[in-house]
Amino acid sequence: MENRLRLLRAERGWSQQDLAGRLEVSRQSVNAIETGKYDPSLPLAFRIAELFDLPIEDIFVSPARRSSKAI
Amino acid sequence: MTFSAASKRYNWRVVCLSLLYVAFLFAAIYAFNHQLLHGAVAYGAAILPALPIIGIFGAMGRYLVEEQDEYIRMLTVRQTLWATGFALSVATIWGFLESFDLVGHIDAYYVAVLWFGGLGLGSCMNKLTLGAPVRC
Repeated sequence: MENRLRLLRAERGWSQQDLAGRLEVSRQSVNAIETGKYDPSLPLAFRIAELFDLPIEDIFVSPARRSSKAI
Repeated sequence: MTFSAASKRYNWRVVCLSLLYVAFLFAAIYAFNHQLLHGAVAYGAAILPALPIIGIFGAMGRYLVEEQDEYIRMLTVRQTLWATGFALSVATIWGFLESFDLVGHIDAYYVAVLWFGGLGLGSCMNKLTLGAPVRC
């Protein structure tokens, strides 16, 4: 799933390891989510949203909305 | 690469069970070679080395329950599915080849060896398909 996690992390000057520590996951998890190789579960997506103080849809791009925009 | 607390516990359990396996195996071999066991006790001693191996399967299950990192857990599940598919496929192929007298007999416990080898295959597949670090 496309997302703005890398951008949001960079804005705060955090490394992947910093973000992983804040989310209590591995650095590999952060990397997999940022590169769109892994879609986080709903609880983890909420943890990410709460950490950045943003709604989930401001971080993760809905695949349905993305494809309807493409049409 | 850092290891989670669950991963460290899994590694520790596997090391202990492996040492137990070696001890049970050598004890059983010694007892059978010296014809010390008979009847039901012989059956029990023959099964003894299998128990730590079964324990390692259990340790893997325990790890999947204890691992808090959902991405790492998903990688491990994929790895074990590859291992299971690989071991069962090779065992099935070998079984038919053996049925038609095209290959010799192999003891059934080698399926477990194939499964452990399959974990390595699963790790390589995770690396190839997801770019995940190789873990065994």
